[in-house]
Amino acid sequence: MDDVREAVLEYVIDEYIDEDDDLEVDADTALISSGIVDSFSMVSLKAFLENKYDIRIPDEDATPEAFDTVNSIVRIVEKHSS
Amino acid sequence: MSNIGTYDEKRENFTWDVAKEVLGWEQGELLNIGAICSDRVCARGHADRVALIWEGFGDRKATYTFGDLKVFSNGIAQMLVDQGIAPGDRVCLFMDKIPSLYFAFLGVLKMGGVVQPLFSAFGDESLEVRLASAGTKAILTTRKHVKKVRKILDRLPDLTHVIVLEGNPSKLKDGEIFFDVESAPRVEEFEVYQSGPETPSVLHYTSGTTGQPKGALHAHDSIWGQVLTTSWVLDLREDDIYWCTADPGWVTGTSYGIIGPWSLGVTQCVLDSGFTSARWYQFIADNHVTVWYSAPTAIRSLMRDGDELVAKHDLSSLRHLASVGEPLNAEAVVWSEKVYGLAFHDTFWQTETGSIMIANYPGLPIKPGSMGRPFPGIEAAVLDLKTHEPLTEPNSVGLIAFRPGWPSMFRAYWKEPAKYASRFVGAADGATPDELRTDTSLWYVSGDRSSVDADGYFWFVGRDDDVINTGGHLVGPFEIESALVEHEAVAEAAAVGKPDAVNMEVVKAFVTLKPGFEPSGDLELSIMNFIRKKLSPLAMPQEIEYTDKLPRTRSGKILRRYLRAIEWGEDVGDLSTLEDD
Repeated sequence: MDDVREAVLEYVIDEYIDEDDDLEVDADTALISSGIVDSFSMVSLKAFLENKYDIRIPDEDATPEAFDTVNSIVRIVEKHSS
Repeated sequence: MSNIGTYDEKRENFTWDVAKEVLGWEQGELLNIGAICSDRVCARGHADRVALIWEGFGDRKATYTFGDLKVFSNGIAQMLVDQGIAPGDRVCLFMDKIPSLYFAFLGVLKMGGVVQPLFSAFGDESLEVRLASAGTKAILTTRKHVKKVRKILDRLPDLTHVIVLEGNPSKLKDGEIFFDVESAPRVEEFEVYQSGPETPSVLHYTSGTTGQPKGALHAHDSIWGQVLTTSWVLDLREDDIYWCTADPGWVTGTSYGIIGPWSLGVTQCVLDSGFTSARWYQFIADNHVTVWYSAPTAIRSLMRDGDELVAKHDLSSLRHLASVGEPLNAEAVVWSEKVYGLAFHDTFWQTETGSIMIANYPGLPIKPGSMGRPFPGIEAAVLDLKTHEPLTEPNSVGLIAFRPGWPSMFRAYWKEPAKYASRFVGAADGATPDELRTDTSLWYVSGDRSSVDADGYFWFVGRDDDVINTGGHLVGPFEIESALVEHEAVAEAAAVGKPDAVNMEVVKAFVTLKPGFEPSGDLELSIMNFIRKKLSPLAMPQEIEYTDKLPRTRSGKILRRYLRAIEWGEDVGDLSTLEDD
């Protein structure tokens, strides 16, 4: 799952963090609760995961808590990849 | 006993002068919203009362008194004057819900400027359209958001001042000004601009079906509508701890997240952090919130997270709940009564109305799912869709309309008098905005449909146009479609609302592709992110459907209502004007 962690982190940094932002983002950085990713934008993050890993994440699993860090997102991918 | 007392009694012999009694207003006082919300509260002996309890993400917390509000808003006002900003100039606020946003809102009004608050999640194109329309002279922002301003600055000749209120000043570009009001010399006294009832105050942009967003201009006289509705609908009292969850980039966040509570000297809380149910409940518990004004989208998210989470927090301080932004479904009202012991009171109003028009009131029975009854002093009706005559038969569906003349009514669409006139049924050709807004023989038409039952309760039915209400925010399809066709792969586009369990509706786009592009999941994601960054996360299509052709009328207009009807499972109606194959 290290590959997934790396890919998700890279996507988050590319899409939600500006180059000259002072933010340091790692796999434990809060994304939703900090406001880096808002609830509407979570939909595109979900679409990224579904496309990249060819999975379907049901709405009941796509909660702000489940998407709050890269590590928690990796767990979601893991759960639905099996 | 609630502030409103008995609804029917208040409706009889109503005058807006009651608002002056509520505020303890004396003849000859200065009608300036910025000063009323700060200097006046101090002058009445409450300088040490807490005005703002602020929390950001993590452990960031701050508390400010009304004395602080006065000094820091003075500081912003003085800085703007020193920079050459003049009364009447439009000054945009473009930042998150940080304390400086609130000081700046009052400061701009104190120096006679027109505040133009914009949602900080707007992308550079959404920002540009609104700044260009208003001819905005100064923008107050933060390090986090100034990058979007830099991208468009060259195309905005009127925008001469970019002022950064928070962040690292060492990373600013030439020409940008840094001003941290809390560390600047304190400005104890400021000569407040001598505004009157009709002096422009706030310019909020709102989306329509066609064209770019329009600027709804308000005046300082709006305060009477905001004061009285805050008192009678939200039931705020001096000892309350109030939480309005709205962002001041939208009208609820200014009318009821600044003006209403602070004019009455009430303490309010602000949470500048991403949404999670647990965080919200903890915020209420920690700050002993008593009155909570929120939105159906948030309430439905809280519902989804279940009853057990509620039980883990002490929410016993709450005494009154209200909701705004979109219709509050009956299930949410029933649920809130079950888990909080208090029902959410739905309210209805718009950017243009400036204050609550239809509401459920403390002490008046709630019919779950109903918007409630017209505010005292407001004559509301539903008009026949074709004749525009008021419908008298209960439960008939028509257009929600109001007789003009309430104090917080918008004074103009910025530089668009024809669009302003188009909102009034029965208006004479050439009538001026002042004539329109004071002619009580006319009807102002809201753009929403409802019915009225035999007891006078209004029941929302839907929009009367193609505007998409997502999470309580109006998004214009034209703006989205215009941005979609700027994507390298998109030839044509249509944007409509599709049903959503939490947000009522979300944006769905139908697109045709240019030669050489094939539908794929990656392309869908690319288009979604393109719109998110260009316009805003709200405008981002949450679904994209590829099609070979869009339905059009014979005259070539995209038939959005056809696409929307299919999404909602409704009758598609008369298709006789549909373009032939």
